[in-house]
Amino acid sequence: MKNKKIKRILGLILVLGFLLLVNYYLPSRINPYLFQIIILCGINIMLAVSLNLINGFTGQFSIGHAGFMAIGGYSSAAFTYYLGSGLIKSLSSVVMFGWLAKSIVFVFALFLGGSLAALAGLVVGIPSLRLKGDYLAIATLGFGEIIRVIILNIDAVGAARGFVDIPGYTNLFWVLFFMLLTIVTVRNLVYSTHGRAFLSVREDEVAAEAMGINTTYYKVNAFVIGAFFAGIAGGLFGHYLLYLHTNSFTFMKSIEVIIMVVLGGMGSITGSILAAIILTILPEFLRVVKDYRMVIYSFTLIVLMLTRPQGIFGVEKFSFKKIRNVFLRKV
Amino acid sequence: MSEFIQQLINGIAWGSIYALIALGYTMVYGVLRLINFAHGDVYMVGAFAGFFASRWLGIAQKPTFLGILLVFLISMLVCACLGVIIERGVYKPLRKAPRLTVLIAAIGVSLFLENAGQLIFGADPKFFPQIIPKKDLISSGGVILTNQQTMVVGISLLLMALLQLFIMRTKTGKAMRAVSFNREAASLMGIATDNIITITFVIGSALAGAAAILVALTNPKIEPLMGIMPGIKAFVAAVLGGIGNIPGAMLGGMIMGIAEVMVVGYLSSTYRDAIAFAILILILLFKPSGLLGAFTGEKV
Repeated sequence: MKNKKIKRILGLILVLGFLLLVNYYLPSRINPYLFQIIILCGINIMLAVSLNLINGFTGQFSIGHAGFMAIGGYSSAAFTYYLGSGLIKSLSSVVMFGWLAKSIVFVFALFLGGSLAALAGLVVGIPSLRLKGDYLAIATLGFGEIIRVIILNIDAVGAARGFVDIPGYTNLFWVLFFMLLTIVTVRNLVYSTHGRAFLSVREDEVAAEAMGINTTYYKVNAFVIGAFFAGIAGGLFGHYLLYLHTNSFTFMKSIEVIIMVVLGGMGSITGSILAAIILTILPEFLRVVKDYRMVIYSFTLIVLMLTRPQGIFGVEKFSFKKIRNVFLRKV
Repeated sequence: MSEFIQQLINGIAWGSIYALIALGYTMVYGVLRLINFAHGDVYMVGAFAGFFASRWLGIAQKPTFLGILLVFLISMLVCACLGVIIERGVYKPLRKAPRLTVLIAAIGVSLFLENAGQLIFGADPKFFPQIIPKKDLISSGGVILTNQQTMVVGISLLLMALLQLFIMRTKTGKAMRAVSFNREAASLMGIATDNIITITFVIGSALAGAAAILVALTNPKIEPLMGIMPGIKAFVAAVLGGIGNIPGAMLGGMIMGIAEVMVVGYLSSTYRDAIAFAILILILLFKPSGLLGAFTGEKV
């Protein structure tokens, strides 16, 4: 099967090359406002897809996602702020290009943020084993708030003043890269044996246990993976805004991500992507009625629940296979 | 030692407030198995209703006992109506829907009330007329008990006693207990479950309104987001005592109030909100059915 492997590697190089090109040419061609929206879209997509893994596919109702994002953001920012420049200097002497050294440090920082967030996901996930539905929701909300309050009290990351002077390493390439990574990972995860296990936990936990599925393992797994990507999203967020404050990570933020997942359809990756884009762009259009924005949002949420709770896409998906089959039949 | 007693008194005063709000949560959960996230915001609306009522009645200039009583009653009435509207409009159509959907709808109602409140009332805090002048009733050995605190605790205990009487001694109360035990069996026995559920919301919301006025009389600042934190803490109190259990809600409220005041007094005020969640997580880990709750096994 060497052909397949070569095709895969070629495909990967093509995608990376495309991203690099986009990153090089796009920012100068479009106005900064649009650029910011694209970056925020990418980050929100990561958040929505990672939350969908926990809420939509595994059926664990988590409204503490902002906490994971906060951990990822703050820890990666702290890493680059305190250790970053030193590391880059020492790396530059080893590696030829300055930009390569910067990239290595940045990616490492992001992974560090993601890993710490994943650890938090572990801590949050384990109690979830004993909790169902509403209780789990409140417990995750509580964890999110506790995380926020703890960060608020750490002086080294700015406490109540906020974390300033974060180096601005985020660019379009990294946002798109990690966004694609999140989507591909979650998608592959879901359409695998693991994915079946997640779905079985969502559908009927008792039956799943009876079938021999270790629901404990899979529930915690969902939390950990979801938290990891949320952490990376947080890291990208922090290094884009160059400033972090715990006020960005209240449960309102968690609820915004939940709205994205619910609007798109729990259990639909395509839906989450679409809803994330819509809900990032919509506030810009609604700027005219800025004061009414949250009222419209919440009212829409209620109406959505009353009329079409499965969201836009329900449990449907966008399938490359379908499109490929169409082409193949033509050939 | 005297400081400890002082903190204890403060804690009991706050605890009564949490208990009143927690009663609303626990009763609704008992009959509907639903966490009414909007309850904290009903509390907020009650405070504003009382604010406008007191303005309309001109209480600030002429504080009378009748006037204060009217403010209480108006606030409780407004809250009760709001509770009915929410129940009939949002929760009733979703009776058969999966829990997640109802939960999200409840969050939606809560957000709606908060933001509509900010729009209608303005996000800036208003000042509730302090019609009951603060007077130290007992002041000995560094411990101060004010008339306000006595009033808060006294009225709360009175309302809770009335509720307990209602639940235990009246036919409707019995019906409420039946519905919370098993809704379908209750309807088979001829109980009008829809009406009972509505009555539950009415009572719960009215109690929240009373709590709001009690708080507003002692802490003058009211603003549209004031219901979020007390709502969450009252929910934790309800869970702590055993959700669905009325004496449990009262007990849970007291413990929450005391714990919070102790943490603020002895540890640090920044952890004030976190203590509620810490208690929640602890109780959910070690005794999820709550202190007074009964463990109902998971049915297959």
